[in-house]
Amino acid sequence: MIRVQREDFDVGAEMTALTRGKHDIGGVASFVGLVRDTAGGEAVTGMTLEHYPGMTEKALAAIEAEARERWPLDDVLIVHRYGHMAPGERIVLVITASSHRQAALEACHFLIDWLKTKAPFWKLEETADGGKWVDARASDDQAAARWVDGTPKAAE
Amino acid sequence: MLYFAWLRAKIGKAGEELDAPADVATVAELLDWLKGRGDGYADALSDLSVVRVAVNQHYVKGDHPVAPGDEVALFPPMTGG
Repeated sequence: MIRVQREDFDVGAEMTALTRGKHDIGGVASFVGLVRDTAGGEAVTGMTLEHYPGMTEKALAAIEAEARERWPLDDVLIVHRYGHMAPGERIVLVITASSHRQAALEACHFLIDWLKTKAPFWKLEETADGGKWVDARASDDQAAARWVDGTPKAAE
Repeated sequence: MLYFAWLRAKIGKAGEELDAPADVATVAELLDWLKGRGDGYADALSDLSVVRVAVNQHYVKGDHPVAPGDEVALFPPMTGG
């Protein structure tokens, strides 16, 4: 399941809702991304996340489908926020649930790596010099590339 | 056409309806034609290595065809997560 929203989310409540009544789930993994207060040594006082409504939902659904194809997952939740956020606020949540921990942990890692380079979101950071669009990082591309063909797959 | 992030800022608008000439058949040709539309466009499209394109909300490469009625979006590499 995917959600794109302006509002904050409650990690515990989302996890509880995802696993309620599903007793074949043996492990749940999660990742939460937060707004940092510095970038490249500069103070960041806030951030605005822009996205491409319509394409964002399609891209996230495709990313979820890819994870479900690769790992035996009972459930997946991706929540990504947009709009203005202050340092410390939650930006993104990924939760994966599976019978076994390895699939849950690997799929969670895959989803956040894949999402960073394939979902149409852009960060505008507020600094003392004004707003600055965040540059894509080569390290993010490398992290995503790790999962292309012949990459770690969960043991069946 | 839709423009996002710093492409929107440089071009000066979030989107517009455009009629491209009949000889514009691919994404690469469309970008080339857009560059000639003014300084903002030329500046935004001066380094195509940092410009990504989606046609009808699917990420595509420069040789992808474009046709009248397509929703074409230009944006920088994604920085979500």
